[in-house]
Amino acid sequence: MEKPVTGTRKVFMTGNETVAWAALAAEADIMFGYPITPQNEIMHYWTRLGAKYERGFLQTEDEISAGFTVCGAIIAGKKAFTATAGPGNTLMQEPFSMAEAMRLPTVAIIQQRGGPSSGTVIYSQQEVTLTTYGGNGEGHRIVYSTASHQEIYDYTIKAFNTAWKYRFPTFVLGDGYQAKMREPLEIYDPAEKNIEMIKPSPMVGLPGQIGIEREPQHLCNIYSMEEELYDVVLQMQAEYERIIPELVEYECRECDDAEILVISHGVVSRSTDDAVMALRSQGIKAGAFRPITLRPFPTQKLREILRSGVKKMLVAESAYGQLVRLLQQEVYGETVPIETLLMPGVGIIDADIISKVKSLVE
Amino acid sequence: MSLVRVALAGEGGQGVQSVAEIMAEAAYHEGKQAIYIPNFGLEQRGGVSIAFLQVSDRRIGAPKFNKADVVVALSQRAMIRTHIYSGANTIFVYDSSFEVKEGDIPAQHKMTLDIPAVEKSKELNTRVFNVIVMGAILELTEMIPVEAARSALEKKLGYKFEKNPELREMNFQAIEIGRNLVRNKLKGGEKVCASLM
Amino acid sequence: MTQPAMPKTWYVPSKPHKFCPGCGHPLILKALGEAVDELGIQNQTVYGCDIGCSLLSWNFFAIDSTQTHHGRTTPVMVGMKRARPELICVGYMGDGGGYSIGSQHLVNSAIRNEKITLILANNTNYAMTGGQLAPTTLPGQKTETTPFGRDPQLTGNPTMGPEMISTITGDGAYVARGTVAKYRQLKGFIKKALQNQMEGNGFSFVEALSTCPTNWRTNAKQTWDWLEDKMGSFYPVGELKSPFRKED
Repeated sequence: MEKPVTGTRKVFMTGNETVAWAALAAEADIMFGYPITPQNEIMHYWTRLGAKYERGFLQTEDEISAGFTVCGAIIAGKKAFTATAGPGNTLMQEPFSMAEAMRLPTVAIIQQRGGPSSGTVIYSQQEVTLTTYGGNGEGHRIVYSTASHQEIYDYTIKAFNTAWKYRFPTFVLGDGYQAKMREPLEIYDPAEKNIEMIKPSPMVGLPGQIGIEREPQHLCNIYSMEEELYDVVLQMQAEYERIIPELVEYECRECDDAEILVISHGVVSRSTDDAVMALRSQGIKAGAFRPITLRPFPTQKLREILRSGVKKMLVAESAYGQLVRLLQQEVYGETVPIETLLMPGVGIIDADIISKVKSLVE
Repeated sequence: MSLVRVALAGEGGQGVQSVAEIMAEAAYHEGKQAIYIPNFGLEQRGGVSIAFLQVSDRRIGAPKFNKADVVVALSQRAMIRTHIYSGANTIFVYDSSFEVKEGDIPAQHKMTLDIPAVEKSKELNTRVFNVIVMGAILELTEMIPVEAARSALEKKLGYKFEKNPELREMNFQAIEIGRNLVRNKLKGGEKVCASLM
Repeated sequence: MTQPAMPKTWYVPSKPHKFCPGCGHPLILKALGEAVDELGIQNQTVYGCDIGCSLLSWNFFAIDSTQTHHGRTTPVMVGMKRARPELICVGYMGDGGGYSIGSQHLVNSAIRNEKITLILANNTNYAMTGGQLAPTTLPGQKTETTPFGRDPQLTGNPTMGPEMISTITGDGAYVARGTVAKYRQLKGFIKKALQNQMEGNGFSFVEALSTCPTNWRTNAKQTWDWLEDKMGSFYPVGELKSPFRKED
């Protein structure tokens, strides 16, 4: 069977279309999904492109089903993924919780929209809390926050490998602007970049005669006694902590001698980069810190930077404090004061950050 | 080339998004950075359709912007709807056929420019009204070579041109008409967009 | 200038409405408005709408209204009715809000014979999100998520909602399917569905075959043909269950 993406080529497409191509390149077998703006086009492209490469698709009756059908397909041994946003994300927390408990390598692309409830169909960064810690568990998940279409492509492919290697639910956290805008990127066959796609393996329907060649598989996500659960959760935590150094990703710009550190993620980090460049040219010692993995959070690196002369940090997000809370828990004990630029559901441009930083340094 | 920001707005069906997409594709094929994003909300139809286009040689920051370098309002309603994108450095463009009332022109603008695109489109074909407007934007901003825009138009509508070669001629003519409309309006023929460079 | 004739219970400040040209929703909502007028229940009625194009009706009526979540209009109206039985609770939704994400609520409310009135607009697609497959999409029909035409082998046959509801509801329920192609008949069904609640008989449900030229990508004639011929022959119009005598 011919590969959907061969070699490397430049394209100009929307974020949603990019996701579909990346999932194809990552050898995803099947997508389950449900319509909700602004991620619908992922399904539109997947159903058309996927047909050529014998990839499966089902539009389920709702997001709860989309999440659970993904779990089922994975348990059966196929690479499955879904995509959602806003209220759909809240519904998917139930299946994502099961995936956390049962260590299922789910891959989900989240295109954030305004919240809470139906909010807007457009944009926000208000699903950080939900995507990082949304289930009824301890948030043993991996979350990549992308800032460009190139990253949407790169990290969607990476998400499949991360999920199947470490077996924690993995998320690509985008937003409505990224979903709907068009910008240039390069799509490629992962083999071109020496990326080997991990092959999936089943947890049920295994080969061999039960009782003779193998034991039956008994999977569960419930325990009779408190102590059993305690052991399970602690073991999950230990595994999670062990892999943090391998997973953590971040970007620092002009951090070395920064006096005011601007912290942002996702699409807002593009504006932060522009702002920091402009501020530096005006003699202000600004730096930009961008967590790429929100889970696990790049705590160690951030603490290092904060201890090296930063006088203030400014957290800029299109939410009311979700990134702030996330990093507060990670850098507890550091004495650098936290300032905020909080614009729930609204885009942040470089001018917004520049004027806020100036008001803080003067 | 530094960043050029264009906000294009009109009624659904006027081809606002098509033209913005063509210009974005043209810029991309010229090796420039480009971001194009439509406004999108709840309703499938109705409401003013707005396209946000940015072209630059460097990586572009946010996909939307507060103030545009050029705002083009293709309908009366779009004029008011786009006030928020017009700042002290914005060139505000609208059609000469509009009955401009008190308050239609945004308080903040560097310059206003009215072009008789509607009238010209009636002479040629009302279907290419948006392409005339595209020609005007290309002339005003010089952010993409006209040849690149023609190529992008060909890529997008090539299949229609194959069936009816007259359409190609008409569309390319529309671009030139749009460019001329801007040239005729600028005093002494100097490029207004020099300050954008 | 004289205003077009609008039901008294239409909320004038929210007009002109935001539905697409050729959409069937305004016709259904007009029938509902006239029915409420004729029954004189404006003040006791509460109106709920779903997500999707039905949400555009959130401020459509001069009636206390609430928008809810996708598929959750039914349980919200149930909650209202259980809390305040004297209210006439009317829920409005699309084929997705009723038969897909909302199906578990619809089925359970019908089984419990909840004394609410639900009106469901069936236009064979998920319109506001851009025209994806719906439970009522016809076999072979192209949608954004069935780009090659709906294959019943893969996605099942279209949901026959009123047929399903009429078998699981209790005595006193009223179940009907109307069409915007037969306005007076549809209005009659809606009026009975309201009367059924006023009399406290049981669950009342009306599906209304409706149009979506925007996502069907049809012109006026094609739209009407699809509605009357294709949908009309697939989805039988009429009353499936009624506690009223034939003459009513």
